[in-house]
Amino acid sequence: MATFKKSNKKDGTAINTSALPDIVFMLLFFFMVATKMRDKDVMVKTAVPVVSEVEKVEKKSWVNFILVGPPLDASKGTAPRIQLDDKFAEVDEVQDFIILRRNEFPPAIRDYLTTSIKADRTVRMGLIQDVKQELRQVNSLKLLYSANSGDVKTRR
Amino acid sequence: MADIAFLLLVFFLVTTTMDTDKGLRVKLPPWPDPNNPPPISTQNNRNVLEVLVNANDMLLVEGQLLDIEELTEMTKTHLTNDGRDPRFADNSKDAIVSLKNARGTSYERYVEVYNELKRAYNEVRNEYAVNKFNRDYDQLPEDDRDEVQDKYPMKISEAEPVDVGE
Repeated sequence: MATFKKSNKKDGTAINTSALPDIVFMLLFFFMVATKMRDKDVMVKTAVPVVSEVEKVEKKSWVNFILVGPPLDASKGTAPRIQLDDKFAEVDEVQDFIILRRNEFPPAIRDYLTTSIKADRTVRMGLIQDVKQELRQVNSLKLLYSANSGDVKTRR
Repeated sequence: MADIAFLLLVFFLVTTTMDTDKGLRVKLPPWPDPNNPPPISTQNNRNVLEVLVNANDMLLVEGQLLDIEELTEMTKTHLTNDGRDPRFADNSKDAIVSLKNARGTSYERYVEVYNELKRAYNEVRNEYAVNKFNRDYDQLPEDDRDEVQDKYPMKISEAEPVDVGE
């Protein structure tokens, strides 16, 4: 310890901080580019399942989210609901939602749009199936069952 | 200067998210065109591995109750059978896995089953890649990868929903 103290106590000059703004700006730009605004309030509980064979989406802005789960607000009941953007929706509103979203993109990349179903693990497949049928009807066939990666207990 | 930048930095840290979206990628079958109905499948029965998940999250594979732990092995046997066992596919290129579920199946179980099927395909592809090219599947160049995909095309059919009990 003593040796460290000695070497630092040569003179009382402070560390040169003139490069600090550069570093901070660099961090700032990194976060501006790497993150996106938290644009929606999540109103349903979505504890997604854990699976092992996950894939990442390559282009985040090309993903439409459909959230399915029991409402967080207990006064809204406990039955699973669908959330599109930041409001509750019924199954028959899924088609309009997808079409509206699709029209925001140039035709060339419309085929690459993915729908991500972020559903709570307790949801029954009946509701998910209805959503899937709606997606098929508007020809939005790329689908992602949102899940976290991890070890699965189903493996011996 | 640094103060302002720090302020901005903290603002962005708080208001933005960085969660990358992960999950099981699935391709849905197109909506059937009423004027142009899909051809009736000529697939041989043995080429289809039927997986059924009921409302109690129980698994029925080819008419037999099965634990989910055994599903990957079963699927792999089906894919790599090459005609040996008459109960399974006679050719990996024609092999199909058909997944059916009830409306009451829990989403978690459905995704787990899907995951097992995907794992079976991934493992089979990887074994083939290691045998043939001495390399893991995800390290293969594009051409070789296509060849492996051609040998083991991922055909997981999500059947038209049937109501098999709530």
